Amino acid sequence: MADFIRDNINKDGIDRRGFLQCMAWAGTGVLYTMHGGILKSLPLAQGAMGGDQMKNMKGADFSFIQISDSHIGFSKEANPDVTATLQVAVDRINSTAAQPDFLLHTGDISQLSKPSEFDTAEQVLKGAKAGKIFYVPGEHDVLTDDGQQYLDRFGKGTKGKGWYSFDHKGAHFIGLVNVVDLKAGGLGSLGSSQLEWLADDVKQLKSSTPVVVFAHIPLWTVYPEWGWGTDDSQQALGYLKRFGSVSVLNGHIHQIMQKVEGNISFHTALSTAFPQPAPGTAPSPGPMKVPADQLRNVLGITHVNFVQGSHSLAVVDSPLAQS
Amino acid sequence: MKKMTWFLELAATVAVAIALMPGSTPLLAVSAGDKPASGATVKIDNFSFGPADVNVPAGTTVTWTNNDDVPHVVASDDKLFKSKALDTDDHFSFTFTKPGTYAYYCAIHPKMTAKIVVH
Repeated sequence: MADFIRDNINKDGIDRRGFLQCMAWAGTGVLYTMHGGILKSLPLAQGAMGGDQMKNMKGADFSFIQISDSHIGFSKEANPDVTATLQVAVDRINSTAAQPDFLLHTGDISQLSKPSEFDTAEQVLKGAKAGKIFYVPGEHDVLTDDGQQYLDRFGKGTKGKGWYSFDHKGAHFIGLVNVVDLKAGGLGSLGSSQLEWLADDVKQLKSSTPVVVFAHIPLWTVYPEWGWGTDDSQQALGYLKRFGSVSVLNGHIHQIMQKVEGNISFHTALSTAFPQPAPGTAPSPGPMKVPADQLRNVLGITHVNFVQGSHSLAVVDSPLAQS
Repeated sequence: MKKMTWFLELAATVAVAIALMPGSTPLLAVSAGDKPASGATVKIDNFSFGPADVNVPAGTTVTWTNNDDVPHVVASDDKLFKSKALDTDDHFSFTFTKPGTYAYYCAIHPKMTAKIVVH
């Protein structure tokens, strides 16, 4: 890791450039806190958290967990038992010291939108000790019926194709859908009606309100060659520029990446099913095959601690293999 | 009467099953006059259609096969045709009866684009 550290203003062992260069870390997680848009990151060692990490977790008003890309129904070489690894993810959620207030699932619950796949996912996720699960769809969840089945099961009471917002202990959460009505040659898409709704949704909020946006495909351009971005995300982010603290949580790319732009911090989560290659390192973004005994090092969940008032959001990505 | 309805439902199900069955291309092919129905194939590998440009005479049935570990959806830009989600090794066929250029893409990975030119 030391090879990547070029400058290290925070004296925290790794700089941002270094972090981005080794964003496909396998086997470790990362904890980062945001202070008024300035990012501090700490590599998270395997096993128990050290003192520095604990300091960042203290004083959190609440926490939630993000899980993503379960792909129930996938059974190829990259992971022949995705139900088992989702179960391990749920076990990890249930073993966290501080119970999360809720879960966010950032899409690709299923592999082929089959009722049996959704059934299995729901059955396993029911075992998670968390108040509620909030979903947004991945492209794998809307393969039939124009996404109606997803809406019936996971998107009751939402707007349009499944977008919505809610407030939790002073923070405003926004679930967006960028996997439907995709245009030939393009990336993920939010569409004009969702953008109009978003502009209206945040209009009444004070600029000091912490905002958390979650959607399946990254809302920043990670790697357009592989479709890892959203065509009209800049417009959406434009509506959020005035807020002091905005966090954007995505899935889709099955690896940890982060970026900070002004007061907006971006984060992508690990999958609970299979890893995908770092941008440009393989002929395509298809499932990455790793030796079976290493698979759980590259799957994981994301634990987010919310600290009110200090603009501090602590995000911990934990591989499933960690005890 | 009830029995009859049941039978009709079954018959409809079987018909759909046959239509969706991989390798059932001949059922969908349209032969023009005395000429035998011709076919062309497009393979989906590593998130791309190959060959990306296919040139065929009118009346040709094009069959796409997905060789990837992830599903793809073959859809024409002008909504003339759209496959169901094709899992690994699944096929989709469409018969092009009129000359023209048919641009298409993967509806869930829209960076994947290609075209069929029918003369």
